[in-house]
Amino acid sequence: MVESPPGLEGQGFFATSLDSLVGLARANSLWPLPFATSCCGIEFMSTMASHYDIGRFGAERLSFSARQADVLMVMGTIAKKMAPVLKQVYLQMAEPRWVLSVGACACSGGIFDTYSVLQGIDRIIPVDVYVPGCPPRPEQILDGFMQIQELAKKESTRRRNMPEYKALLASYGIE
Amino acid sequence: MENLNNQQIIETLQNTFGENTIYGIGESHGILQITTHVDNIVPMMHFLYADPVLKFQFLTDLAGIHFPEAKGQELGVVYHLHSLENNVRLWIKAYAPIEAPNFPTITGLYASANWMEREAFDFYGIIFEGHPNLVRILNVDDMDYHPMRKEYPLEDATRHDKIDEMFGR
Amino acid sequence: MSEIALVNSPNVGLDKTQKGGPYVNDLSTLNLGPTHPATHGIFQNILTMDGETIIDAEQTVGYIHRAFEKIAERRPFYQITTLTDRMNYCSSPINNMGWHLTVEKLLGIEVPKRAQYIRVIMMELARLADHIVCNSILAVDTGALTGFLYVYQWREHIYEIYEELCGARLTTNMGRFGGMERDLSKVAIEKINVLLAGLPKGLKEFEGMVMRNRIFMDRTQNVGAISAERALNYGFTGPNLRAAGVDYDVRSLNPYSSYEDFEFDVPVGTKGDTYDRFLVREEEMWQSLRIIQQAMDNLPEGPYHADAPHYYLPPKQEVYKNMEALIYHFKIVMGEIDAPVGEVYQSVEGGNGELGFYLVSDGGRTPYRLKFRRPGFIYYQAFPEMIKGSSLSDAIVTMSSMNVIAGELDT
Repeated sequence: MVESPPGLEGQGFFATSLDSLVGLARANSLWPLPFATSCCGIEFMSTMASHYDIGRFGAERLSFSARQADVLMVMGTIAKKMAPVLKQVYLQMAEPRWVLSVGACACSGGIFDTYSVLQGIDRIIPVDVYVPGCPPRPEQILDGFMQIQELAKKESTRRRNMPEYKALLASYGIE
Repeated sequence: MENLNNQQIIETLQNTFGENTIYGIGESHGILQITTHVDNIVPMMHFLYADPVLKFQFLTDLAGIHFPEAKGQELGVVYHLHSLENNVRLWIKAYAPIEAPNFPTITGLYASANWMEREAFDFYGIIFEGHPNLVRILNVDDMDYHPMRKEYPLEDATRHDKIDEMFGR
Repeated sequence: MSEIALVNSPNVGLDKTQKGGPYVNDLSTLNLGPTHPATHGIFQNILTMDGETIIDAEQTVGYIHRAFEKIAERRPFYQITTLTDRMNYCSSPINNMGWHLTVEKLLGIEVPKRAQYIRVIMMELARLADHIVCNSILAVDTGALTGFLYVYQWREHIYEIYEELCGARLTTNMGRFGGMERDLSKVAIEKINVLLAGLPKGLKEFEGMVMRNRIFMDRTQNVGAISAERALNYGFTGPNLRAAGVDYDVRSLNPYSSYEDFEFDVPVGTKGDTYDRFLVREEEMWQSLRIIQQAMDNLPEGPYHADAPHYYLPPKQEVYKNMEALIYHFKIVMGEIDAPVGEVYQSVEGGNGELGFYLVSDGGRTPYRLKFRRPGFIYYQAFPEMIKGSSLSDAIVTMSSMNVIAGELDT
């Protein structure tokens, strides 16, 4: 059961702030876009399967369409050839959106310090939660997902209009 | 099916193509390796494919290689052939100078050579004459150098945060 | 993102007025782009379509090129095992063992029987894991999600066995030059026995759901067929080739690591279509179970690694007490041990076919040239020929059944 946010309770009613209610709803129904490129993608498939079910967290419905997704889960190595595709997918996502970087390759290039691998996706898109590991265990991926849930719960509903967020996107060259 | 041994293969090839076209005969853990001139590759492969005894009809691999010290023969290609019916493998090697790394294509004979030759071109700059689509396959299209050559480093030369001092290089 | 771009391309030779309508004979371009729910791994296909029929496909690969071969020229031999994990990452132990066999051939190390049997068990478990993924995802692509969920439980069992032996689930880095790093513990043997008892029931359940299912059969029969001659010309190996009718299996033709001691059949299909590939993989899983059972029954006693102090790390207690062991430990870890000069090619039967390693050593601590012969890279070239004239859904199912794994495609 999900914990209810702080509020006023009485016979037949529950009063709380709109922010926390919206945060609660958002956090428990995040639709991920699994951007699975390599080995971490197979660990994600294990996370999706019945043993480490990610459906418990509300992420049952994977959305491969960027417009309908909330969380961009980048799992696996991003090569320089793939980087423009990743950026385009991120740009196509609608607000509110979060980015979960799964695996050492997505966080920082991993073991591939080579001419063809992008050394971390945070060079091109802003990342919210990093999950290190090569590959991270499904429990770690779920932990990262739960941290995204915490972010979704606590963030203001109009994060997109806040000046810090706009400055962050501007630093990546995103309008 | 009598077993085909390496001596038979060498003799058949020498009888058909002449003794001086095949040099550098060696054996590596049972696999025969022969070095030949670039112009002999296509006729030799057609012969090996069509010969009723030898039957080398499977191209296992095509590897490019770079020897910067061997002047005049820097870039090479090693063709790995396999005769499935006789269970015999054969390596054919050929070298070309780095100023003119031109090899004939074998895509007419083996369809699997298409991407393998593109990969050798991408990594080493070996030009396969007659190839239907000789463009880069694994690296980004606008890359201007051939990365597997020995003079190029592994790391990205344009990175700015991983300083060599910190990493002990 | 799959974008549909309706390109009003110049007419391809047919009179517009004949069929009565300006848009009837124009071809459209569909970008089955690098990120697509049904392409397992990232590679791009730009399809030219006439309505629902595919006329041509242009492929782009290299979206996950990580320059393994260049990295391998920089690393000492035992550090390359971690690279081989990440090629066909659904069946990492097979890649690891293939690499170990290559280097052992170069160095001339003789591996004891027990280690060879343990290697066979691990390789067959990896083959099971790979085929479970391929077949269940093929079913998912036709819409049957339940089979995937049921049979994936057994993959977790296989992961637990890997963990007992090497500590990792997916990128196993299993084994060492000369044998294995540790023996099969009692827990590992128990887990293997549980798997041998339970997986047959799991497979039968999966087969009951999918194999004779009318919808699955209609979706996969006569789809993406390739003849044996074309398959051989395209360099196919593995289940894709065996489905076309050629019984080439590296395990039976060039046996390695004691495969000649085991009795197993090599399943062969007839038409080379998607259904045949599914059936061949399904039957190979049963044969793998048979091999593991034989290996467990006849597991010989003895050391689990060769006596090769130059290449196999001595046990830690020896390193603390014995001067020689200390020196060997230092030399091995710092990569001070040089390899003999030579070239060697070793191939193993990977989940997708003949996985080969061509190693050229110039006597230094790292390879001079290491080429990976990846089956996925070679047979994926045939994809446009296999889908010409079929519909988009058939193309998706064909791609799934070929089991193209992006890590193997692009090294």
